[in-house]
Amino acid sequence: MKLFGCIAILTALAGAALATEIPQGEHRSGASFMGPDTRAMQDDDTANPGMLWVLDGETLWTRKAGTADKACADCHSDARVSMRGVAAHYPAFDKTLGRPVDLEGRINLCRSNHQQATPLRYESRELLALTAYVAEQSRGMPIEAGHDPDLAPFVAKGHELFTQRQGQLNLACANCHDDNWDKKLAGAPITQGQPTGYPLYRLEWQSLGSLQRRLRACITGIRAQAYDFGSPELVELEAYLMSRARGMKIETPAVRP
Amino acid sequence: MAHSDHTTRRTFLGIAGSAAVLGAVPVVIVRPAEASPAMLSAAIRNIVGEANVRTGKVKLDIPPLVENGNTVPMTVSVASPMTAEDYVKSIHVFNEKNPQPNIGNFYLGPRAGRAQVSTRIRLADSQKVTAIARLSDDTFWSATADVVVTLAACTEEAI
Amino acid sequence: MPSALINVPAKAKRGDIIEIKTLMSHIMETGYRHTASGDVVPRDIITSFTCRFNGAEIFRADLYPAIAANPFLTFFTTVTESGKFEFEWIGDKGFSETASASITVE
Repeated sequence: MKLFGCIAILTALAGAALATEIPQGEHRSGASFMGPDTRAMQDDDTANPGMLWVLDGETLWTRKAGTADKACADCHSDARVSMRGVAAHYPAFDKTLGRPVDLEGRINLCRSNHQQATPLRYESRELLALTAYVAEQSRGMPIEAGHDPDLAPFVAKGHELFTQRQGQLNLACANCHDDNWDKKLAGAPITQGQPTGYPLYRLEWQSLGSLQRRLRACITGIRAQAYDFGSPELVELEAYLMSRARGMKIETPAVRP
Repeated sequence: MAHSDHTTRRTFLGIAGSAAVLGAVPVVIVRPAEASPAMLSAAIRNIVGEANVRTGKVKLDIPPLVENGNTVPMTVSVASPMTAEDYVKSIHVFNEKNPQPNIGNFYLGPRAGRAQVSTRIRLADSQKVTAIARLSDDTFWSATADVVVTLAACTEEAI
Repeated sequence: MPSALINVPAKAKRGDIIEIKTLMSHIMETGYRHTASGDVVPRDIITSFTCRFNGAEIFRADLYPAIAANPFLTFFTTVTESGKFEFEWIGDKGFSETASASITVE
């Protein structure tokens, strides 16, 4: 029943006018679509379950790893100073690799190149914790990703993916998140899909999760084959979304329904 | 032939869905049997025995409409002076339709100063939640709230 | 490495009623879910939480699968003297964690 309802509404949406970008002045965080209880959970650090991962990340920051026997802190010292503002610039272009890497990718590159340690698995508690700890150092700072001219072709690819219809429902991200963000889907608000709070604690997940996890869930939702974790497509989508959200404040660790 | 193709496709979709998150234990959500009114009243009797449960004194703060039933904030407070002679011994919270009728039991005493506890609960569906307080004179007081649980438009099929 | 977040005021006046907030990392697996192959995912929850002040129990809770993941509990206590709050979470599969917080009463 529910599935049919969902498809019917989505099909109706698909008929709507296509992809007008949201003007800068109308950018809204997902937090502004939530109820007061969920907002209160995010705003109170002693009630925000995402802070448990931040706490774990703080511990991991100083824990030695790999054959190099180095901790993040051995190179980057105090994250509260060295990591301040860093997440606001990710995904960033990596000159050696010639492609953008997201924050999770950067942490894993650090692990393999500098700590001589095995990369952490996507969505593992350790990777989410370190990412959340690093991103939390930028909380309240405006997103500045996407300025780098080297990044431009990848942002453009991400934009293309964002507006490309796909899956059995033949929907593009833009059909919901550019064109219909002020409407509802099965009673739940459609948001603008602004990636301001990742990794974030989603009540649906009962856990912290990455932007890639959210993107994969959305892609599965439109009945398309989700890209693998770490795939170039997901990083390009992340790069586009972060540049699209330029100027919005980082909320990590956010809470969402 | 057609039948066997169909089976193969279903199997494939099942595997694709369960692999949604790398390395996590694939879990499918099967709606479990609901607690019955008989189970609820048995759970309440288990706490209150034969005592009469009156409405009043207890305040149950829970959003009437929740965005996700996995994490529903709830506060129970009881009007009590919390003195050595007149205090709340315990607060018990029950639900109507989750697989089990019990949510939690909370034991306090006069030194709590304020008879109030908050937690976050799971509600599998729209249903009634009941809080019962046991006072120091062994009388029982209760409050009940109706909660409507909305579901996400596009839920993930597996964790 | 389960972490806990405890919020207790560092200082209070004698006779003050203070709020204590606790948040514990735990999956709270209900025991009502199944894997894709039909096996039940075994229950794995915290069943009991206790708070003691200078050794004496001041608050206790029995938790059931209907308590949300990463259990959050807040409650109140009257401050009588300086001392130490001790928190204990006990659960399935031998889960046992403790935390503590001190308060200075002026």
